Amino acid sequence: MQWELDKKRPICPQIEEKLSVMIASGEFKPNERLFSVREVAVRAGVNPNTVQKAFTQLEGKGLIYSVRGSGWFVNENCDTAKTTVDELIRLKTEQFFEEMNALGYSDDDIKQIVKEWNE
Amino acid sequence: MSELLRCEHLTKNYGGVIALNSIDLTVESGKIIGLLGPNGSGKTTLIKIINGLLTPTSGKVFINGNEPGVLTKTQVAYLPDNSYLNNWMTAGQIIKMFSDFYADFRPQLALEMLERLGISPEAKLKNLSKGNKEKVCLILVMSRNALLYVLDEPIAGVDPATRDYVISTIINNYNPEASVIISTHLIADIEQVLDEVIFINQGRVALHKTVDEIREENGKSVDELFREVFKW
Repeated sequence: MQWELDKKRPICPQIEEKLSVMIASGEFKPNERLFSVREVAVRAGVNPNTVQKAFTQLEGKGLIYSVRGSGWFVNENCDTAKTTVDELIRLKTEQFFEEMNALGYSDDDIKQIVKEWNE
Repeated sequence: MSELLRCEHLTKNYGGVIALNSIDLTVESGKIIGLLGPNGSGKTTLIKIINGLLTPTSGKVFINGNEPGVLTKTQVAYLPDNSYLNNWMTAGQIIKMFSDFYADFRPQLALEMLERLGISPEAKLKNLSKGNKEKVCLILVMSRNALLYVLDEPIAGVDPATRDYVISTIINNYNPEASVIISTHLIADIEQVLDEVIFINQGRVALHKTVDEIREENGKSVDELFREVFKW
């Protein structure tokens, strides 16, 4: 799998988001071993130092923990991962509305379009 | 994290042409650094001085505390911008030669990387495609256990798949003790693996920052910033 990243944004939070989504969606189960730093670096084509930083940030948020010599594991409590994903969803929604506003649609128009599209 | 490379007021003149104009620079270990600049900005001159192939007109450069010389050549692995290998030799022979030349060369690693690419050690260099030849050169350089890797234009003139190969080889061989300096003008292809960038223009350091600083401060990719800085 190749990871698509936005070059205009710092890479580190993007790696955090991707891993949070994987954890929140249950792709990685609690206490399961996560990718190694090098694996993520190669898959995403990014700098190992950046990945290391992202892992440390996720550890600080309580999503993952490290075991000396054997790598990174997913924590029992995945609520924090869900919070991160919630934030991401809000951000994307905001961006979507901003883009649609820029095209000349009001918020009500957008809601109407989403509703129609859903049907 | 220790200081690996330091340039102090480094200047190089070719006759009346100033190639490097009082460059001050430090590079720490464990970093992947992009040396970026337009054609003729002084990238290759700087690289050649680091490798001891040119002597500075004035100023000094230190690699791990020492000026370029016999000792630093055992610590710096250099990929020149053009091939210097004998065409009639086979990949295997060249690996043997490198083992004799460099105490830090890891022949097993080189052979493994060749095998993964499907290049036979029996293959003569002259019978390899341009892209494969460049891959062999990169493999030779990355198979050394050096402190500083200096790659001059490793991705110019190769196809996008080969570019990905070059980038993943650099990531795979990443070592927190060592640093990699990559000179290129193809920024978009390489910026994701970089820790820091050094923009050099008309022999001066125009900018030296971490890539995340650039993205945070400007909301731009390094490539976009480069195009802005070097607009003409």
